[in-house]
Amino acid sequence: MILVMGENMSNSLISVKNVSKAYGGVKANIDISLSVEKGSITGIIGPNGCGKTTLFNSIVGYHPIDNGSIKFDGQEISKIRVGDIARLGMIRTFQQTRIYGKMNCVENMQISVSQRAGADFSMFGNRKGESRDRAEHLLEFVGLHSKRHLISGDLSFGQQKLLEFAMALMNEPKVLLLDEPTAGINPTLINGLIDRLRRANEELGITLCVIEHNMRVIMNLASHIYCLSNGKMLADGKPGELQNDQRVIDAYLGGH
Amino acid sequence: MTRNTKILYAAILMFGILGPILFPAYTTQIAMLWVMVLMASTWDILGGQMGYNSLGNITFFGCGMYISAIIQVSMFYDVGEYTSAFGAIMPQFTDYEYFLGLGLGIVGAGVGAVVISLLLGPIVFGLRGPYFAIGTLAVAIAAGQLTGTVDYIGGGGGISMPFFPLDINSRSIFFYTLCFVLAGAVHCLLRWLYSTQFGLAINAIRDDEDKAESMGIPVLRYKQVGWAIAAFFMGTIGAVYGNMIGFIEPVEVAFPTATFGIFMVAMALLGGKGTLWGPVIGAVLFTIIKETTWTYLLGWQWVALGLILILNIVYFQQGIMGWLQEKYPERFGIVVDDISDGGKHE
Repeated sequence: MILVMGENMSNSLISVKNVSKAYGGVKANIDISLSVEKGSITGIIGPNGCGKTTLFNSIVGYHPIDNGSIKFDGQEISKIRVGDIARLGMIRTFQQTRIYGKMNCVENMQISVSQRAGADFSMFGNRKGESRDRAEHLLEFVGLHSKRHLISGDLSFGQQKLLEFAMALMNEPKVLLLDEPTAGINPTLINGLIDRLRRANEELGITLCVIEHNMRVIMNLASHIYCLSNGKMLADGKPGELQNDQRVIDAYLGGH
Repeated sequence: MTRNTKILYAAILMFGILGPILFPAYTTQIAMLWVMVLMASTWDILGGQMGYNSLGNITFFGCGMYISAIIQVSMFYDVGEYTSAFGAIMPQFTDYEYFLGLGLGIVGAGVGAVVISLLLGPIVFGLRGPYFAIGTLAVAIAAGQLTGTVDYIGGGGGISMPFFPLDINSRSIFFYTLCFVLAGAVHCLLRWLYSTQFGLAINAIRDDEDKAESMGIPVLRYKQVGWAIAAFFMGTIGAVYGNMIGFIEPVEVAFPTATFGIFMVAMALLGGKGTLWGPVIGAVLFTIIKETTWTYLLGWQWVALGLILILNIVYFQQGIMGWLQEKYPERFGIVVDDISDGGKHE
């Protein structure tokens, strides 16, 4: 009881409790619990195939979970579908980067405006004015302003990744789940991206939950990190604590 | 709107008005051209802009035709009696009866087609890619076959539409005007529609529907609205076409799946799908090719048409507008902006 009260009083935006998910015989997530605090940057790490993306998919409603509970801002969302969860203010990006490949960058941005209830959006609204300005501003923020009229599918992979990030910001979500935001991006650009992620968190007040393989990135960025291994929660803590945790080191070096 | 676009619209308007005056013998052919433009343009809402290749839009054409016929007759006579023994009653509609019936028939056809599209939507929009194409094709074929079994509306024998009450010369001009105005209305509506958020949303569905959904776009609602717009105009043009032809029956006239149902797709592909002008250009070219081969290559016309279709699909998938955009991207505003980025960033 004390435990439950404690968690209610905490400031958690996403709260995952005892979630399990199996694909046929493969147990991708076993009894996972985690919490993403409002305003924080939370990291999820773990070796390939440990169930990070499965967990993301469970949270955003891509597939039903076998058991457990997922709450977003106090509301149970484990039975709600993708579109409805997105309209509550939870947006995710994809590991394989998904943008609208035949539209130009500005169009990609403009269609990414929030469709939440109460958001200033109408089906037949025009595309000038405030949303256009914001699209241009955010494209500048990620350094794609000069390429804004190009067909987005013709951009390089790294640029597409930045565009997808900008599109997510355009949506003004409460929380943004990023699946390996720096994978395939060159080292100089990575520093810029870390800076932009942090600014999105501080200036725009967007809570971030980041899956990342690049240890340098995640240790710099996140305030709290969860480590998964073989579908189970292995450890969690502050970056410094995890860095020295023998179980985490073993998992990454194949010690299990 | 640029100066060139204005000149283009003026030229089309001139042709639309002067065409039947200068070439009265071709009035019906030019009217058919506008019908084709409308069909290709409305097909492109889903097929081109949204990436849902419907082979069943002709359903709304046929449904509109029959809805209109039923409204026009039933307002003044018993439909069963009118259609049963063909010729048992040969009613002469007065001016008032005819035009009131026709007006309400056309509107009713549009509204009825929208209702049908909204009922079919939740079923067929669960399908994607080739399954959607085959699913909608099945709907169109089933609609034609089912209509043929209902004796009350003439069954396979069809319905003779009410006679035009005014003199015969004004008849072709009257229907020509309806076709031209409807096609023009569709073009103007789509021109506006594609400039709104709606246009972007259906493009987003075409490029990556799962992404669109995960960004919170209510995709089903957009699909429904897009199809309903196509259905409305296919229904109204079906009503006009039925009256223009004067006699309707299920397979060849109302639900011509293998001809007009395919033509509208072919026209959009030829002109360049997913563009405002592609279907228009495609419809004009296709109509010219079709009329020419039907006149000069009679007996081989289907072979010629098939050959063009194959060449189009195998070697020229992007269509005319798509090809132009590849060749002259800067004319379509696809440019790197050199000036704006210069050192503005940290």
